[in-house]
Amino acid sequence: MTEAPAVEARNAVKEFGQGEATVRALDTVSVAIRKGEFFTLLGPSGCGKTTLLRLIAGFDTPTSGAILIDGEDVSDLPPNRRPVNTVFQSYALFPHLTVAQNVAFGLEMLGRAKGEVAARTAEMLALVKLDQMAGRKTSQLSGGQQQRVALARALAPRPKVLLLDEPLSALDLKLRKEMQGELKRLQLETGITFVFVTHDQEEALTMSDRIGVMSGGRILQIGTPREIYAHPTNRFVADFIGETNFLSARVRGGKAVFGGGVEVPLSRPAADGDVTIAIRPEHMRLVPRGMAGALMATVSHAVYFGTDSHIHLKLIDGTEIVVRQPTDADSTDGPKPGEVLGVSFAPAAAQVLED
Amino acid sequence: MSLAEARREREQVRRSWLLSLPALLLLAVGAIGPLFIMLVYSFLTPGRYGNVEWVFSTDAWRGILFTKDIFDETLKLADAHLTIFWRSVKLSFLTTVFAFVVGFPTAWFIATRPARWRPFWLFLITIPFWTNLLIRTFAINQIIRTEGLLNTILLKLGLISTPLNLIYTDTAVFIGMTYVYLPLMVLPLYASIDRFDHRLLEAAYDLYASRMAVLRRIIFPIVKPGIVAGSILVFIPSLGAYVTPRILGGGRNMMIGNFIELQFGQGRNWPLGAALSVVLLLVVTAALLVYVKFANRENGHG
Repeated sequence: MTEAPAVEARNAVKEFGQGEATVRALDTVSVAIRKGEFFTLLGPSGCGKTTLLRLIAGFDTPTSGAILIDGEDVSDLPPNRRPVNTVFQSYALFPHLTVAQNVAFGLEMLGRAKGEVAARTAEMLALVKLDQMAGRKTSQLSGGQQQRVALARALAPRPKVLLLDEPLSALDLKLRKEMQGELKRLQLETGITFVFVTHDQEEALTMSDRIGVMSGGRILQIGTPREIYAHPTNRFVADFIGETNFLSARVRGGKAVFGGGVEVPLSRPAADGDVTIAIRPEHMRLVPRGMAGALMATVSHAVYFGTDSHIHLKLIDGTEIVVRQPTDADSTDGPKPGEVLGVSFAPAAAQVLED
Repeated sequence: MSLAEARREREQVRRSWLLSLPALLLLAVGAIGPLFIMLVYSFLTPGRYGNVEWVFSTDAWRGILFTKDIFDETLKLADAHLTIFWRSVKLSFLTTVFAFVVGFPTAWFIATRPARWRPFWLFLITIPFWTNLLIRTFAINQIIRTEGLLNTILLKLGLISTPLNLIYTDTAVFIGMTYVYLPLMVLPLYASIDRFDHRLLEAAYDLYASRMAVLRRIIFPIVKPGIVAGSILVFIPSLGAYVTPRILGGGRNMMIGNFIELQFGQGRNWPLGAALSVVLLLVVTAALLVYVKFANRENGHG
């Protein structure tokens, strides 16, 4: 390997409490985040994503394992001696300082010359389009503006890694969309490695270069948004990100055998045995009953959404699934409840889960 | 605003004035009245056996800083008076500073306990108020006197070979006043620190601030209203302290309060006592004005 990762966790464990009451917030997590990458830690609340972020920032120390920044073990360094900066969920702007003083704080603490501090502060304020607000108190700003100050403040010292702890969760939907684009732009312009924590799968999919999906203190899967969405390796990831149908099947000789004896070849090799197969609703099609390779299903009900319809069906083995079908221009009524149809899908759409 | 609304508002203003009238009367009679009497007395001539004679004189005001030589009637700076003023200001200042040094960590400790334990710790702080000031001061006297608890322990431990001569010194007064006024520093500091957003500490550390920088650049500026309020609450009563310097300072180490009492008692110079009281009031007012200025600036920050 030529270049050390920007951030690396090696078997990081974090436990809170003692004795019987010990809670393992982070369970042997290893991850390497590349330089210049927009990496997202995605998971429900309590999954350990914020704990991992705090270990990287230095607010907590790992119970065991190590945190490396730029190849250097920083596990024992306090936060003020780590080349990372954080954008906090609550922004944590200093209420007694102006916007410009907030942005300048990190540079002043690093002992930079006055002129450099002023220039860099102005540059940062321009970057987040707040040059007009330099002299304001932070309490006089809107939520979106405070968010920008927090970003400028954290970016000003040119950290090797920028940590973002659910920074958009306090904003309303419209502002959130705007800031998503803004964050991506800042990341591309500055070239700084971003480690972004969120529970919002859409946010993760649209902004990230790679995503680490977390649950129960572990990273379950790391991959690009496409990999994570199209090829989830386990049930939690498949379920947490997007909608998924889970089908029971038995793998035999590279083929999946479903209830009713329908056989579908698998695009990826899988060991023989009983498995769960995940298929996205939009990757399934309704076909006339009896078509070869199609599963038999009875329509429960259909919901019309304009651009598409969600057809809820029940398979022979009782599994309930949803098929998402684009609306045709000339379509009259959709499938009727009680109607028996075939459900087919491309072999590539079937993802055999590991658990 | 409609006419009816304007009238209703005027009536409301009038009604609130009427309602606050008893309090205003009480203030006028109970606070401003005596001050006015003091001001008038300070311009009169002392009576032979105390009290005043109704003859206008500015002697009392001159007597604050100067003494008249009994032989040639030339004016000289009253060294004894200046010593007392200096001691009062110095001890009050030291008391305030030391109360802050001890009180800040105490208040921080209480404010960072789990919420359900804080009332308990605050309760401990208020326990000294249950006992009369005089008794508490005598208790301090018992502790620090030459054969007292402190010296006994230090001697037994072999830390000192001869007893510390604390009692009836400025140090004794300083110790006593710090003890008496410490809660007045802790309580406003606690109120300020309790509102402090501790996430700001992480933000500051994250931005490369050292512990010292966090204290100076983040904590102190934000809890400043509490620091100012606590300092005022300690400094003002220290300046006018009477019981503590009387009991712990003996007769010699007087502060302004004792000096004023002396004029009304043995000194039989009521006008001088009155003039000194007015001076003390002015100093206190000046201190309060400084406080108001600080407090306003803080509000301006919003």
